[in-house]
Amino acid sequence: MSQLLEVSGVSVAFDGFKAINNLSFSIGPTELRAVIGPNGAGKTTFMDIVTGKTRPDEGTVLWGEKSQSLLRMSESKIAQAGVGRKFQKPTVFEDQSVYDNLMMALKKPRNPLSVLRFRPDEQDAKKVEALADEIGLVPQLGRKAGELSHGQKQWLEIGMLLAQEPRLLLVDEPAAGMTPAEREHTTEILVAAAKTRAVVVVEHDMEFVRRLNCKVTVLHEGAVLAEGSIDHVTKNQDVIDVYLGR
Amino acid sequence: MADVSLTGLPNRRPFALRYPSVLVFIAALALFTLTVTFLSEAMGNGAVSTSFLKTLGKTLCLCLVAISMDLVWGYCGILSLGHMAFFGLGGYAIGMWLMYARTEIIVTESLANGIIPPTAEEIRDGIGTQIFGVVGSSEFPPIWAFAHSLPLQLLAVVLVPGLIALVFGWLAFRSRVTGVYLSILTQAMTLALSLWLFQNDNGLRGNNGLSGLQNLPGLDTVPQATVSLWFFWASALALALGYLVSAWLVSGKFGSVVRAIRDDEARVRFLGYPVEGFKLFVFTFTAVIAAIAGALYYPQAGIINPAELAPIASIYLAVWVAIGGRGRLYGAVIGAAFVSLVSTYFTGGQAPDLNLGFYTISWVDWWTVLLGLSFVLVTLFAPKGLGGLVDLISERKAPNRRGAPLGPDAGALREEEAET
Repeated sequence: MSQLLEVSGVSVAFDGFKAINNLSFSIGPTELRAVIGPNGAGKTTFMDIVTGKTRPDEGTVLWGEKSQSLLRMSESKIAQAGVGRKFQKPTVFEDQSVYDNLMMALKKPRNPLSVLRFRPDEQDAKKVEALADEIGLVPQLGRKAGELSHGQKQWLEIGMLLAQEPRLLLVDEPAAGMTPAEREHTTEILVAAAKTRAVVVVEHDMEFVRRLNCKVTVLHEGAVLAEGSIDHVTKNQDVIDVYLGR
Repeated sequence: MADVSLTGLPNRRPFALRYPSVLVFIAALALFTLTVTFLSEAMGNGAVSTSFLKTLGKTLCLCLVAISMDLVWGYCGILSLGHMAFFGLGGYAIGMWLMYARTEIIVTESLANGIIPPTAEEIRDGIGTQIFGVVGSSEFPPIWAFAHSLPLQLLAVVLVPGLIALVFGWLAFRSRVTGVYLSILTQAMTLALSLWLFQNDNGLRGNNGLSGLQNLPGLDTVPQATVSLWFFWASALALALGYLVSAWLVSGKFGSVVRAIRDDEARVRFLGYPVEGFKLFVFTFTAVIAAIAGALYYPQAGIINPAELAPIASIYLAVWVAIGGRGRLYGAVIGAAFVSLVSTYFTGGQAPDLNLGFYTISWVDWWTVLLGLSFVLVTLFAPKGLGGLVDLISERKAPNRRGAPLGPDAGALREEEAET
């Protein structure tokens, strides 16, 4: 099976500290993957590299069928190519309505002139409404995003990600600060999303990862420590030593 | 500004109805223009003197440049402290034509009295001596090549500041210079331009600047009262158009993206928008608006000199917008009109001195202190500015959500928690 994203031999150092050390990682076009690891394992740096925020010192990041390198592309170009990212802290545009937030994220031409000419039609509005329905925010469409609760903001951000129609979703701790019921809903959304695209979930919470029921990659000191099913990695002695045992 | 009904379908009402503030503003501006026109000297009524009419016309131009500042700072979050440079460049561009064309008429008339008709070269030399005599030169510098043509010089009003903004913005935004560093860079730009203009050998008459701009070439018989009224109308029209275009610009998805860039630039990048392109567009567009405002302002002021491009001018512009309330177009207009008119009152010597017994406060000197103080107070206690007063009577205040559900039944935060 050809892979959607192939990261190989990537290293990056900040002031001599090796945040990522010869990391290799790949994911298929429709796959759900959980990435776990202790603090400082390089999970966020890994996402920064894939989304273009950080340039690695060495290694390659190849994307899609044409094996295009992401390293030369700007953040916006990478996002347009189909990489969507959800941050740990929900970052929605608080000053604007839920509707405007979703409409902005909707997959449309992104250059200033086409944005200037853009006026939403019936279909766009329907799409936004369908998304709002999926994330349970229909009654809040006209409200400012800043007035939403923490969990609702998390969902709005997930909704914005889905609106982008990315081929690869990078999700950083989606369940942080959510109630058990909200977590369950989030799990459903992620599992459903992974049927049509690749989803990488970075998570601390083992219980949440177990519920995702997918292949797990354990990072440690900027490299892959173990990979496999959740039961497989939790039995791995190295993993127990550095992560679970603590 | 959520143009959304409860079901989430986009609002199909006409633009003006969706944004009533635009309609109110245009109506108020029209009413103001008509009232001033009927009270002006040109209409045989002395209630508004010609000099005050000019002040009002100039104020409208300042309102227009304040709108451009609000777009670039209040909406896009780029604190440019150099927009008055574009304003000044617009003034210089139109001033060159005004000065050239008028001097040409005068020189031609005076030479026509000679025994033999003057050659074109003689006329050109005469104009050169007239214009550049003050800096000890009579040669036409290359930048005056188009000064004889009104259309070309009007084009320069737009193109010169536009191109400078484009190149400057491209360099600055591409290197991701943001925040206070960008503000300093724009200050450096306006300072550099001002210092360059101060030089006598640059071809723009050094610190003398351009003068006599209030006289329209070939219209010496038209009284200043009438000319001032024309410029007043032109300024009002430009302000109305500028307001409409700006309101349209920030209303749709473009406005959404621009405000998002102000609030979280990095997040907008991850949504796939080329942030630098948007910033460059807004920066250049507002520079052009500022230049047009300047081209209307300086013929009413009558004179332009390099001091107009001094860094402090652009800082004043930011102060007007801050006092008026950034992030809303009418706020910028209110701020610019209010502060500049009050400033005219205080610095014009009309304000009576305040005798405290032990010290007499002369407002000509103390006005700057008062302005600085009010800027600090507004920033600290009323960040929404004067425009925020509108919120008191409109519905833009935060809705009362007491008792309303905070979200789905299993919402993360219940009202009891939310209140603490």
